[in-house]
Amino acid sequence: MSIAELICPAGTPAALRTAVDAGADAVYCGFQDATNARNFPGLNFTPDELAEAVVYAHAKGTKVLLALNTYPPAGKVDLWRQAADTGARLGIDAFIVADMGVADYFAQTHPQVRLHLSVQAAASSPEAIRYYCERFGVKRVVLPRILTIPEIKQVRKEIPCEIESFIFGNHGLMVEGRCSLTNYLTGQSTNMDGVCSPASDVEYKRHADGTMSSQLAGFTIDCFGLDEKAGYPTICKGRYTAPHRADAYYAFEEPVSLNLSRLLPELIDAGVHAFKIEGRQRSKSYVRGVVRAFRQAVDDIRAGRPADMANLVALTEGQKQTQGAFETKKWR
Amino acid sequence: MAVTDMTKLTLGPITYHWSAEDRRDFYARIADEAPVDEVYLGEVICSKRAPFHEPDLPDTIARLERAGKTVILSSLAEVMLKREGKATVDLAAMDAPEIEINNAAGLYARGDRPHRIGPFMNAYNEATIAWMARQGASHVCLPAELPGEAIAVAAKAARDLGLDVEVQVFGRASLAVSARCYHARSHGRTKDNCQFVCEDDADGMPLCTTDKWAILRVNGIQTQSESYVNLLPEMPQLVSVGVTHMRLMPQTVDMVAVAQVFRDALDRKSDSGDAEKALKDICGDVAFSNGFYHGQAGYRRIALATAT
Repeated sequence: MSIAELICPAGTPAALRTAVDAGADAVYCGFQDATNARNFPGLNFTPDELAEAVVYAHAKGTKVLLALNTYPPAGKVDLWRQAADTGARLGIDAFIVADMGVADYFAQTHPQVRLHLSVQAAASSPEAIRYYCERFGVKRVVLPRILTIPEIKQVRKEIPCEIESFIFGNHGLMVEGRCSLTNYLTGQSTNMDGVCSPASDVEYKRHADGTMSSQLAGFTIDCFGLDEKAGYPTICKGRYTAPHRADAYYAFEEPVSLNLSRLLPELIDAGVHAFKIEGRQRSKSYVRGVVRAFRQAVDDIRAGRPADMANLVALTEGQKQTQGAFETKKWR
Repeated sequence: MAVTDMTKLTLGPITYHWSAEDRRDFYARIADEAPVDEVYLGEVICSKRAPFHEPDLPDTIARLERAGKTVILSSLAEVMLKREGKATVDLAAMDAPEIEINNAAGLYARGDRPHRIGPFMNAYNEATIAWMARQGASHVCLPAELPGEAIAVAAKAARDLGLDVEVQVFGRASLAVSARCYHARSHGRTKDNCQFVCEDDADGMPLCTTDKWAILRVNGIQTQSESYVNLLPEMPQLVSVGVTHMRLMPQTVDMVAVAQVFRDALDRKSDSGDAEKALKDICGDVAFSNGFYHGQAGYRRIALATAT
């Protein structure tokens, strides 16, 4: 049986302490710049804050993982190297990386640190995962959210490292690390700037007939009737028309969030070593609720007790749920 | 010899599900008429399509090589199924023609034997390019979203290491790939049961916002830009910073004519205004874009203040 570590989001120092206190085995965070894929205003850590956070977490036996999981554009790699040096100095337990140049820098300069392969590296096959393990000494892969549980089980048998799987939160549709949709409409890049559908480009417009449209950089991503709740304009969750689809439809995915709580026992059985909760941009109270509920569920499963999943379903604030690609190939 | 004389024009792999017959006709014409130096072949987007056109590959390769073109085989951008892993391993085992790798699974299979790095490999910076060079890469195609200032730094680093450097200068930009087939989804189907509906959209399936702006194109698991990237005005800058290969992506326009426009521009046989007008005439109503190059929203077309 895998250890089933619980990896929890820490968008701010306060959220980090909350997640630690609620029972996280590890928390993950980033610096206040383009070196991580949640480079949102008001989020993330200064080096001083991270230093304090590491002390706090370690005192309670919780590991701290640092996301350095974006792709430095040529000419700007020093920012990523400085972040790596700072993190190594502060005693970060593992670094989550995607770019080969960044991974190579760690392997050369900080060979003692532990590397995890970010979902942003899009390693979805045993061969790709082995590449990063053998070349950079990666110890854990965060799998893209595109494999079924039987496929994960098979991958586990063919790789020399641990598997971390997302289990809750935002449901990424595109192969992460290969998506330029936001850059195409806004000029800010997910890979290079750590930005996805940035709030600064978001606008909601109320129309005369009472309907509401959500826009990103002036482009209408979705339109909501009087009886619908307006959602955030993420490009891959929008409604569009096609030549044979005159009524706008969710061309990529409906605005659903991932919830694998019912599949936890199967994921453990498949050999998933760590469960990742998405949501560095979420509130402290959200983090507290989600981490507590999953802590209880994982402890129950590990002790052979039936886990109460109702708590977890209730956490999603009425949003629609999916088990995404994990349950069936029909998702594809 | 002027630097521009050495700049190579390439034709990227067909990203769409064109029929075997259409592909044969297309490459016959490319072989006979198109002033391109190098041609990339192979299925990059969907492994289900490969059986339709792979049997023709040996003949197509021979045809293009007889015409003096260098042929390179491109690997799948996404590898998750057994058959995709096998296709990648088989490609990586080849000695000739050259291969272009688009997924780390291919790098793993290739080891340190020579290969080209494809645009899906995320070679964003000089450190990554240096790493790739040490692993046997001889050529790197930069990501479509990389801005000009980063291209300049990346190209210099690559040239210093002896690598060739390629940038897409024409055609729809790849914006995303997914495990899910959005073509199948639009027809209420799944990827396993797609019935190859993507064959109906030879230049991709347009997606429009509800207020009728066409912004994206669906091509199976891939999402592309609605606009065609057009870096005709930027090509002198690309050449001057060391970019050695200019890539044209096949679209459903007269690609021989497109290649001639870019060739003439490289050879300075046309002025920029004429070249722009010629390309516009070939491509019709489609919008051109160069926003990524200028560090702005990709769909934008930025006028060059210093165009000469």
